Amino acid sequence: MSIAEKFLTMEYGPAPEDPKEAYAWLEAHGRRFGHFIAGEWRQPADGKFFDSLDPATGEKIATVAQGSATDIDAAVQAAKTALPKWQALKPHQRARYLYALARAVQRHSRRLAVLETMDNGKPIRESRDIDIPLVARHFYYHAGWAQLLKKEFPDYTACGVVGQIIPWNFPLLMLAWKIAPALATANTVVLKPAEFTSLTALAFAEICSEIGLPPGVVNIVTGDGSTGEALVKHSQVDKIAFTGSSEVGRAIRSATAHTHKRLSLELGGKSPFVVFEDADLDSAVEGLVDAIWLNQGEVCCAGSRLLMQESIAEVLIGKIQDRMRTLRVGPPLDKAIDIGAIVAPVQLERIRRLVDQGVAEGATCWQPQIEMPSRGLYFPPTLLSNVHPTSIVAQQEIFGPVLAAMTFRTPAEAVELANNTVYGLAACVWSESVNVALHVAAQLKAGVVWVNCTNLFDAACGFGGYRESGYGREGGREGLREYLEPSWFKGAPELKNAEVSATGASPRRQTPDALIDRTVKLYIGGKQARPDSGYSMEVLNPKGELLGEAPLGNRKDIRNAVEAARKAANWSNATAHNRAQVLYYMAENLSLRQEEIAGRLGAAVGDKLAKKEVAASIERIFSYAAWADKFEGAVHNPPFRMIAMALNEPLGTVGMICPNQAPLLALLSLILPALAAGNTVVAVPSETYPLIIGDLYQLFDTSDLPAGAVNLVSGHKAQLLKTLAEHDDVDSIWCFADAESAAAAKAFSMGNLKQVFTNEGRAIDWFDPSQGEGRWFLEHATQVKNIWVPYGE
Amino acid sequence: MPGDNITAQSTPEVIATLAGRPLLSNRGMPLNLDWVKEVRVNTSAVERRAQTHVARRTVKKEWQAAWLLRAISCMDLTTLSGDDTEERVRRLCAKARQPIQPALARNLGVEQLEIKIAAVCVYHRFAETALRALEGSGVKVAAVSTGFPAGLSALEERIAEVRRSAEIGVQEIDTVITRAHVLGGRWQALYDEIAEFKRACGNAHIKVILGAGDLLTLRNVARASVVAMMAGADFIKTSTGKEPTNATLPVGLVMTRAIREYAQETGMAVGFKPAGGIRTAKQATEWLALMKEELGTPWMRAELFRFGASGLLNDIERQLEHHATGRYSADYRHPIA
Repeated sequence: MSIAEKFLTMEYGPAPEDPKEAYAWLEAHGRRFGHFIAGEWRQPADGKFFDSLDPATGEKIATVAQGSATDIDAAVQAAKTALPKWQALKPHQRARYLYALARAVQRHSRRLAVLETMDNGKPIRESRDIDIPLVARHFYYHAGWAQLLKKEFPDYTACGVVGQIIPWNFPLLMLAWKIAPALATANTVVLKPAEFTSLTALAFAEICSEIGLPPGVVNIVTGDGSTGEALVKHSQVDKIAFTGSSEVGRAIRSATAHTHKRLSLELGGKSPFVVFEDADLDSAVEGLVDAIWLNQGEVCCAGSRLLMQESIAEVLIGKIQDRMRTLRVGPPLDKAIDIGAIVAPVQLERIRRLVDQGVAEGATCWQPQIEMPSRGLYFPPTLLSNVHPTSIVAQQEIFGPVLAAMTFRTPAEAVELANNTVYGLAACVWSESVNVALHVAAQLKAGVVWVNCTNLFDAACGFGGYRESGYGREGGREGLREYLEPSWFKGAPELKNAEVSATGASPRRQTPDALIDRTVKLYIGGKQARPDSGYSMEVLNPKGELLGEAPLGNRKDIRNAVEAARKAANWSNATAHNRAQVLYYMAENLSLRQEEIAGRLGAAVGDKLAKKEVAASIERIFSYAAWADKFEGAVHNPPFRMIAMALNEPLGTVGMICPNQAPLLALLSLILPALAAGNTVVAVPSETYPLIIGDLYQLFDTSDLPAGAVNLVSGHKAQLLKTLAEHDDVDSIWCFADAESAAAAKAFSMGNLKQVFTNEGRAIDWFDPSQGEGRWFLEHATQVKNIWVPYGE
Repeated sequence: MPGDNITAQSTPEVIATLAGRPLLSNRGMPLNLDWVKEVRVNTSAVERRAQTHVARRTVKKEWQAAWLLRAISCMDLTTLSGDDTEERVRRLCAKARQPIQPALARNLGVEQLEIKIAAVCVYHRFAETALRALEGSGVKVAAVSTGFPAGLSALEERIAEVRRSAEIGVQEIDTVITRAHVLGGRWQALYDEIAEFKRACGNAHIKVILGAGDLLTLRNVARASVVAMMAGADFIKTSTGKEPTNATLPVGLVMTRAIREYAQETGMAVGFKPAGGIRTAKQATEWLALMKEELGTPWMRAELFRFGASGLLNDIERQLEHHATGRYSADYRHPIA
């Protein structure tokens, strides 16, 4: 076609990025890659390789090593060997390496972008303008943290050897999100890229060599799920960081339950995209393009559920359809393509299947009549309307360019629908009213809320989910926590046998004194409740003397307690100042009854220790009353004109297993940070001295603590722990008893992937404020929500 | 109703389509204040779209050449300087008749397209000179009017100026609005002013210059766009070229979206003219792509799209020559206007 004809049609024409340099790089490696272990390329131990394909053409790009358990072991050993020297470096020296990585990524930016697009199928515009610049930014940002590490985290230590497993949707970016914070905090790394997309990780390995990163600090082992499994199960890995599907996240939770491995999970999502009638609708439509048609919709935080206010639904759908007609689907190396290829046949199949199922369930499927490539793995942009919350396409993550549209009537209903999901990764709110937008943002259960913008990312802002979208954050100060542990905790001794209940063969009853017979009950919903079982358990002191009888709670009592905790919204909604007031009042009342409570506690732990414990408890309450209005979030500084607020939000309802030691102080040390942060609590008190409940409920009742904010259920720890840890309406389980309980808490938490916080079976000196109170507990009592609010008129 | 006074064209013709819907030329409509007040523009989001737009679309090789030729054919070649003279205007008109050298056109294989500038844009004082110079060429003459660029002379004088331009037979008149009406939210006054200009234009097409750089906010740009279209604008134009900021892509995006909504609501098509600050071939293709994305190919023709530019043509010529020869070109190799 001549220029003259083109002048008449005004089509775009092809605008291919030249892949020559990327191919040359592949050729230089013979198109065949081993693992990167201890700074050198190594052949896989069992000699197995697999092909890496270009999803746009189906052509083989390279052959990549299939990692075995032997390869993983070699890599872990390399990481372990490198660890002492790496940690012995000054923060400034580590900062220099991270800075060098950032610079090298920039120097090789185009090669990395082209490789990424060839391997993954995403448009070159995205890999060039979004992925790779964010990779460089992530290393720059964390070079800064490496420099500041000692000053900003003086009492923290690196986890050690970190195993990292990343997905195929943003291969190099996810690598950066994992490796940069790990190195900045002086960990060493074994990373396994996704099997569909290993190439940029291998190119990154070469960059590590190029800048002279000490061998073994970063190791890359390629392979499939079995390689990942070997990494997860390796006994010398101290932490696993995983990004991927919720199913695999669960498997990892289960596989690591009986170990001390730290775990951070960034999992799936079904993120709502909420449009109010007062939104700039044209801009909201563009936001939607970035939400669901970015990276072919293969984005964990894709705004895949469109919630439209009824009054504008029809207009908005029209605008969306108009916009969909101008989307260009095609070869991803073309610079003017909006939607590239789907990563692999299995993913394309999944998208097709879910869309078909949605349509079978009554959804209306609309796709624009646009030009589609004749070969390669492509799926057209798709709009499903008439979708109801019950539909599979409203519930399941599709991970494709498919939008499910629903309507709502009021802001309250928008929130209800938005939160009607097991996920909680991200959300978008579009409204020109700052009141509406921020009120809704505050109520959304999501780790990231974008107001009038979509899918913006920055190293300075934490990213990660609520609920089954995982735990832990990546980016920002909050992201560093995942790779650090309190120094004292890392070296804390195993908890000794004190966990074993004192069971006397023949309990000696104390002679009745002048006091009237007293029955201690459970404390549920602000009321004293008899146990459902109707049984009591004897409580003995270490000498085997009977101190009294405590109610024997069972799973129904836990159920009731969780329901009561859920209903105690007036505690979560109270202002931080009000919560502080209640806590101070609690200290006041404990101080009034100091003698009396210490007297009873003395029978169990000895008079001297009891006095000390009550005194320490009063102080601890004061500490958390002080913290209640001071554990603040942050305002991040992403490189955009906006405010990005990192809020410390309560988790919701926290289930707690308290240790046997320090029955009063340890229990308060656990429930207070949760309360201070606005959580409600179901606690199982010391199994050896559950009678403490009797003193606590009087304390709580007289201190204006709202009904249900704290619920106390005594009974057999193992049984109650299982019920609590499995309960799907409990958001986090804290288990501070023996190692076996810690493992059980992790294993049983798998169902709703609730957060788990344990002592790993280690001894904590509850009397020592540097161990028993402070930020470490508060950080586990909260989750960070980043709200991005661009501004400008 | 003020809108009733607008001269309706006798037989409305279909001048464009939008998503398959035929659109007539703009006859204006009564001022709808609800519409004006409901306009919502999120500045940050618009800026982001403008930013990614330029990275999302590009044209290469023969397509690029074709698009640049199209940019020439959509150009209002402009001189609006205090030192303009009749001779300077005649020179400009000569360039408008033959914007690229015949040898280059031959090289590109586009002689048959007879690429010409869309219009020459001058002060009223030089309009007759331009009309004579362009006689028989098909290149239109646009006179800037209404106290250009500030638009602050008395309304009667501004109307009289429009009438004088119309009377000598220019095909197009570029008018400037009283920015104060926008800043003060006096939409009725703005509407009435533009409607008066429109009446005074007679058969000449009216372009309404919003002076976007003076309006300070994109929301104001959007509202002024809507009012101008309701008052009967054939084109809405970003700027005089004399404001602190002129044709930016965010402003263009807001105005094109307003045009789209107006077309969807009324079935009438309004043209768009970014002016000021467009100097490079790259910018020209970005603007054309914006039109294609937001409004479609009908808005990539001179009937509905113009660049107001003086220096742009030279850069385009250089790029075209590069395309033809494979060598980068120099300014002095192309005849100046």
